[in-house]
Amino acid sequence: MRNLVLFIWKHYYFFLFLLLEGFCIYLVVQNSYYQKASFVNSSNNLSANILQTSTNVEQYFYLKNENENLAKENADLRSHILSSFDITINRDYTAHDTNYHQKYTYTSAKVVNISTHRRNNYLTLNKGTKQGIQNNMAVITSTGVVGQVKDVSENFCTVMSLLHSKTTINSKIKKDGSYGPLTWDGTDFQYATLSDIPTHVRLVKGDTIVTSAYSLTFPENILVGTVESFERQSGKVFYTIKVKLSTDFKKLTYVYIVKNIHKDEQEQLETRSEKDKDVKD
Amino acid sequence: MLNEVIRNIIRFILLVGVQVLIINNIELGRFINPFLYVLFIIILPFETPKWVVLLSSFLIGITMDMFSDTGGMHAAACVFMGYLRPGILKLFSPREGYEFGTQPTVQYLGVPWFLSYAGILVFGHHLVLFFIEIFRFSEFFSTFFRVIVSSIFTLLLIIVTQYLFYRKKQD
Repeated sequence: MRNLVLFIWKHYYFFLFLLLEGFCIYLVVQNSYYQKASFVNSSNNLSANILQTSTNVEQYFYLKNENENLAKENADLRSHILSSFDITINRDYTAHDTNYHQKYTYTSAKVVNISTHRRNNYLTLNKGTKQGIQNNMAVITSTGVVGQVKDVSENFCTVMSLLHSKTTINSKIKKDGSYGPLTWDGTDFQYATLSDIPTHVRLVKGDTIVTSAYSLTFPENILVGTVESFERQSGKVFYTIKVKLSTDFKKLTYVYIVKNIHKDEQEQLETRSEKDKDVKD
Repeated sequence: MLNEVIRNIIRFILLVGVQVLIINNIELGRFINPFLYVLFIIILPFETPKWVVLLSSFLIGITMDMFSDTGGMHAAACVFMGYLRPGILKLFSPREGYEFGTQPTVQYLGVPWFLSYAGILVFGHHLVLFFIEIFRFSEFFSTFFRVIVSSIFTLLLIIVTQYLFYRKKQD
């Protein structure tokens, strides 16, 4: 025992090295297995504050760009408002414009009741059949998707929120278009799960996820959220992605109800072809 | 002595700050990530006890990890580098040993000596860092290329910093 202690004391430098290196490797392995579980990360007070200050300074450099973008967007939105007025008031105008036809109309509504902490959450909005709201219309807000109209009364409608076990929104990764169903697993109102994304897609944390074009209710390219983390379960060829929702359900006040003008037409056509196929078979 | 400790602590903070706030934000291409902060370990005074070298390497590494979310990678690379340092110093020591009170810098020992000494340390650090980062050998050559290119850039930055900030003491 004495000899062992002497031996270690003599080579203390090497053993100290082994100890520290071993600890580092342990941290690395732990960090790669349990994401964010390690205590050495940038979310601690000191480094988070410093990094945030740095980003705050950094953002000033982008202000010009940001302003240009906002100005562009404003101009774009302004033109949209004017054109929709034209369409409703002057029918001739729409009839002669063959380049574009309107597919979606938007109605703004105020949230009068909302829940976020239950497994199946609903919103109540102050627009109903009198304002032309029907079942299954999409509900979005300026920051992202909210849900789908479930029930309508004369002056109100209830919305099945995205935070609902039966809500499925067909979404896609913006940068390459691969799509899959987005569902909510009921744990945290800030996160949802996107599944069925093939593994050849090169995902990065922070990738944008938007609604896909294959939805009858939602317009294409409405922001859903960003990739928070992703994993591939063993034996499957698909990723399961944890999505940070861009909509803050705790802060919803005004939302838009979206009507797809061509929905009925598309639905009828699709059911008809289904029937034809059945007859042939 | 105390003066030296305080100077090194200030150097620690400055180097981490420069690395995190400036160098990490510069994109020099996919293969090049210089890590200037290792300069701290390189120019610790000669008479620093070995265990202090190891511990301060560990400290600066873990600090970097906190800022860049790499969970121990920088610390592992730095500890490895700190472990190498005494051996390398012995290997390159002049016949009569190092003068007391000097530092392993360009100003005291010249560019060729410093380049070979710092070169090996930086290379060792980057090697460990990048290989732990990908954690597999299948991309061996591209990683190796990254190690070499980044090492060269780090060395360049280190030499430039030395000429900018360190003056030889007049005696």
